[in-house]
Amino acid sequence: MILNSIDELQNALRERNYIAERGLATSLYLALKLGRPLFLEGEAGVGKTEVAKVLASLLDTELIRLQCYEGLDIHHAVYEWNYTRQMMHIRLAESRGEKADEAELFGPEFLLRRPLLQAIEQSKEKPPVLLIDELDRSDEEFEAFLLEVLSDFQITIPEIGTIKTPNPPVVVITSNRTREVHDALKRRCLYYWIDYPSFEKELEIVQARLPHAPEKLARQVTGFIQALREMDLYKLPGVAETLDWTTALVALDQKALDPVIVDETLGAVLKYQDDVDKIKGEQTRVVLDRIKAEAT
Amino acid sequence: MSGHLLHNLILFGRVLRGLGLDVNPGRMMDLVSALDHIEIGNKTDFFYAARTLLVHEREDLELFDEAFELFWRKPAESWDVEWQGLTRRRRSTKPIVMPPPLKDEPPPAANDSDSAPQEPMTVIEVTRTYSDREVLRHKDFAQMSVEESEAVNELMSHLRWKISERRTRRARPGKGETLDLRRTLRRSLRAGGEIFSWSYREPKLKPRPLVIIADISGSMERYTRVLLHFIYGMTAALTQRVEAFVFSTRLTRITRPLQIRDLDLALKNVGELVHDWASGTRIGESLKYFNFEWGRRVLGRGAVVLIISDGWDRGAVEMLDREMARLKRNCHRVIWLNPLLGAADYEPLTRGIQAALPHIDNFLPVHNLASLEDLANRLADLDQR
Repeated sequence: MILNSIDELQNALRERNYIAERGLATSLYLALKLGRPLFLEGEAGVGKTEVAKVLASLLDTELIRLQCYEGLDIHHAVYEWNYTRQMMHIRLAESRGEKADEAELFGPEFLLRRPLLQAIEQSKEKPPVLLIDELDRSDEEFEAFLLEVLSDFQITIPEIGTIKTPNPPVVVITSNRTREVHDALKRRCLYYWIDYPSFEKELEIVQARLPHAPEKLARQVTGFIQALREMDLYKLPGVAETLDWTTALVALDQKALDPVIVDETLGAVLKYQDDVDKIKGEQTRVVLDRIKAEAT
Repeated sequence: MSGHLLHNLILFGRVLRGLGLDVNPGRMMDLVSALDHIEIGNKTDFFYAARTLLVHEREDLELFDEAFELFWRKPAESWDVEWQGLTRRRRSTKPIVMPPPLKDEPPPAANDSDSAPQEPMTVIEVTRTYSDREVLRHKDFAQMSVEESEAVNELMSHLRWKISERRTRRARPGKGETLDLRRTLRRSLRAGGEIFSWSYREPKLKPRPLVIIADISGSMERYTRVLLHFIYGMTAALTQRVEAFVFSTRLTRITRPLQIRDLDLALKNVGELVHDWASGTRIGESLKYFNFEWGRRVLGRGAVVLIISDGWDRGAVEMLDREMARLKRNCHRVIWLNPLLGAADYEPLTRGIQAALPHIDNFLPVHNLASLEDLANRLADLDQR
């Protein structure tokens, strides 16, 4: 799909049930046009990962995901040799009375391609979307390595040679800010902070993603979540929680919120016991009364 | 693009830099090429394009928004007045001033001073005899004269700081329990494909991150200067990340100014950043703010937390209890340093300390140099996890 304006991109996202703010659409559009990685930050559950998924679908290309974690190293991010196969190969050659050829042992056949290498190899055909998810979970060593890869999109494997691509993949990096990511890396990227959506936007998201949910319920759930975000909670609910909760309530055949059902299903929304205790009971009623009053 | 717009863009970039944003010429070039892809007439799109390219910290977004509003939308006459308001709010910039260290590097001091008689006493001995030093080691910081605390600061800079290491999830070749197939295969190839011995990998070790949260309220005032020196010394001496916060009625992060490699300049910057010197104490609320805003960002990777406070709290005790419990769950070790603990007759009876005690791993004094030496030994000797 060839995109010619931010409007077109925004509409294309909407067709795929992703409601993007104008700012996010602008960042995405420029990331595509300038061929730069997009660095997305925001609280958990605001749809950062989703951006990469919908982008892959929109560009009709593959999504390659690299989930980061502490200790993630080159052998899990780029490539690794398939040692077990290599050893078997040596044994088999031996049983035939031959000696295994080292050049063959370290050839493409025995190479395990991890996400970064996959992304670069596939870019030669059709650039995929490369999602580097939750970069803040990895450690500084990996960050430094990634900086190198992102600057020239080439990878050198001593036994094989250098693999590079003229057209880089579309890179989306996400972070939950559990650690400060180094400035040098961020400078290479376009930056966007995804905020919690407004009531109207969030309602739109719920209705786009869960068209079967009764409208009254969708409105009340969205209103309730929006009210929770103004409270003094340890962990505020994200859009993911709004969608989970609505799904749960639809499964329970609820047409609207009432204090009992809210308290019973609050676990879908608040993930810390302190927070649940704070809201359950009295606060639930107060918030419900408020959003009902606002609705009329 | 018209020359007029280009001129304004460059000016705008300079304005942002002046406000402390990390805007480099490369980014400005990117913005110029981005303008080919958007409708320049559309202010909203121009705004978002500039923002996504010129800002890469969430904390800077608000400042950028205001600067943009002022620069591109307001008529020229209201500029001056509002501009002054904005510059006053400029964010604390990263330390750019990096003058070289003033003195030569001090000779490496031995780890424990009493078992190392061969230790050359170079710098210190010029001004202090051995017995002077002993007296100074045990004198309470609060009772020191200006001259004495200067001498202590000097002695403090010779303390060796090291925090015990933790196992990371990375591995290196060694005597661990994980098979290293890569090396096993490589070595077997040398022997014609026969495996004579297996190679193993062991976890890599790394020093734990340190988080210091120091009380600078009125009751701590006599200790504040020395303790700031101490925090600065730790930040400079340790290779790993040290995050530092101070509080009295509210919490301020002072990590960035402390990275300046000139002590006086660093302390001056800290002084400008903090607005509640020597006022009341609200430990509970400050810790809550820490837990909510910073906990998730600085407590990972098995951090060690040092809280420095006398525990005189005017806030709600229940909150302190709850927030200490939360803090404890999220880090490896909570060490509470209390200057009052140095007094022989001190008993931790204040309500604040009572609430905090169950959540503390080590409750240590921090009133004289000897207590700091003790702390240094303990930090080097925490268990691994």
